[in-house]
Amino acid sequence: MNNKNKIFYALSTLVLLMHSKMAMASVDETVNDVFSWATGWFVGLIFAPLPGTSFPWIVLWLVVGASVFTLYFGFIQFRAVGHSIALVKGDYTNPRDAGEVSHFQALATALSGTVGLGNIAGVAVAVSIGGAGATFWMILAGLLGMASKFAECTLGVKYRNEYSDGTVSGGPMYYISKGFKERGLPGGKLLAVMFAIFCILGSLGGGNMFQANQAHAQISGIVGDYPGWITGLIFAAIVFAVIVGGIKSIARVTEKVVPFMGVMYVLAALVILLMNADKIGWAFGQIFEGAFTGLGIAGGFVGALIQGFKRAAFSNEAGVGSAAIAHSAVKTNEPVTEGFVSLLEPFIDTVLICTMTALVIIITGQLMTDPATGLYMLGENGRILTADGSSGVALTSAAFGSAFSWFPYVLAVAVVLFAFSTMISWSYYGLKAWTYLFGEGKSKELTYKVMFCIFIVIGAAANLGPVIDFSDAAIFAMAVVNIIGLYFLLPIIKRELNSYLSRLKTGEIVKFKGATAK
Amino acid sequence: MSNILIVGLDGSESGSRALAYAKRLASLIPDCTLELVYVIEWTPYSFQTPEENASRHKRREQEIAVATSRVIDPAIAALHSEGFTANGRVMHGDAAELLNLVAVEEKADQIVVARSSRGGITSRLFGSVTANLVMNASVPVTVVN
Repeated sequence: MNNKNKIFYALSTLVLLMHSKMAMASVDETVNDVFSWATGWFVGLIFAPLPGTSFPWIVLWLVVGASVFTLYFGFIQFRAVGHSIALVKGDYTNPRDAGEVSHFQALATALSGTVGLGNIAGVAVAVSIGGAGATFWMILAGLLGMASKFAECTLGVKYRNEYSDGTVSGGPMYYISKGFKERGLPGGKLLAVMFAIFCILGSLGGGNMFQANQAHAQISGIVGDYPGWITGLIFAAIVFAVIVGGIKSIARVTEKVVPFMGVMYVLAALVILLMNADKIGWAFGQIFEGAFTGLGIAGGFVGALIQGFKRAAFSNEAGVGSAAIAHSAVKTNEPVTEGFVSLLEPFIDTVLICTMTALVIIITGQLMTDPATGLYMLGENGRILTADGSSGVALTSAAFGSAFSWFPYVLAVAVVLFAFSTMISWSYYGLKAWTYLFGEGKSKELTYKVMFCIFIVIGAAANLGPVIDFSDAAIFAMAVVNIIGLYFLLPIIKRELNSYLSRLKTGEIVKFKGATAK
Repeated sequence: MSNILIVGLDGSESGSRALAYAKRLASLIPDCTLELVYVIEWTPYSFQTPEENASRHKRREQEIAVATSRVIDPAIAALHSEGFTANGRVMHGDAAELLNLVAVEEKADQIVVARSSRGGITSRLFGSVTANLVMNASVPVTVVN
């Protein structure tokens, strides 16, 4: 009863707020203006170019981080894949732990937080600015990112908090503060607090507004244009019902439909690729050529590289630290096993799914090229002209739609569900950061959750530009702090890894499946 | 060495039928121990929200506590008062697989289960617990109607 009242009041206040502003200007415009004014400085700081270049320092930061982890752990992402898959299958899971969170479940939960709009809309943005070549850098970033995930998720499990009531909380804020203390390093608490603040911003940006924004773009693309705040209100109401009202059935249905949608998306992409099998070679040619020449895009090959890395990071969140929160609930006595499992995430998310999207956009000829020179035709804003002038999720939709006319409808449903499940995941990540800062408690948690819902409306009403910039900035800010933390904690991960691998070799760590086979 | 009978319970009326039959068998077999097994259906390959994962351990403990206090403990108390030797356990997983696993571990002579009360389309497609158990078990299985 109480909850219902709260829901009613929150929503009616929101509607009133919207209504009063309508008199002055269109709500969407107002929200948009205020939004870009409020977040511009932050975006500028995060994406500041390296002196004398157009290369944003943050992209270099992520790439260097992922490369350092890759080298430090001796290309763990290639060495450990077989073992990772065995862990996900449950080969090393003690049957006595049945009923706890399995490796598969932790991976699936983390994946449903990352597979989503980044794979559909983000990739479209990447190739429409960076050209086909962006795909190459995206794949490379995905492969390198596997090592970042390995590092952060190992620590996430190792330093999680296990409470007396049987629940767990983990994530960079915990491993940075505890790990630094263990190593006798100063500043752990400060970094942890900074991470938590950025995580809250990220949960409102990329984990929320970007999703609402793109979901609205998709729906309005099908039913016709209408104000974004309407979509926002509907989304906010449903998310509110789940995270505040505790209506688990909605979340449960979504969590079951999302993987199905993901598989269907990949299958549809594969069918389109098969239908155009003769062009696959050409598409890869475009990808490789564009990766190093840019094929005439604004900013040349550096432009392709920046877009590829940026979108990959935004899609798979490697180095961002969010996955460490999701993975930390797993049942295992060996933290490094969850590291092994989590490194599959960027592979599935970026190397497989994002590449599918990119290939479909390229192969269906969405990017306009000059027949005379073979170079891309650019619009006034420096973006590549697309077949029907669309960008973001609409571009992906047009690409799939050119093969199957009905696919945009399926994609619209998928986008809405992906957006929703990503929001649910990020509402949890943000909440964990929030409770890390302010402590646990019903009213504190409610404050965050209501704020989260309000931002859904703002995100749906704002234009793509400012929202996408802020989403990126907030999420990358998390990576700044997280990767600093990871650098200092690397020896701890290495110790865990070496100890585990040697025990695996001596047979101290046993396989359970197969041993008790019938 | 004791003779061991595994009895599958599910807290329903069919579980009681299995137990009633197992008691009759046990009274005919000298030195017989009844091992009661309650399986909470669970799969490691499901999809869950982060919040569900975070409280999973707590939930699991609650599920085990409820099954133990409502089904296993009363059954064992009743068996003891009637002079039978009996143990019990609650497990998560696939019922057919776990009943067999316990039977192998305990070197049991037989598994006693009742025909599942549930039917319908899923059991037609994927087979019921009982059918799977009968097909795959390593020890004799008695299915009580």
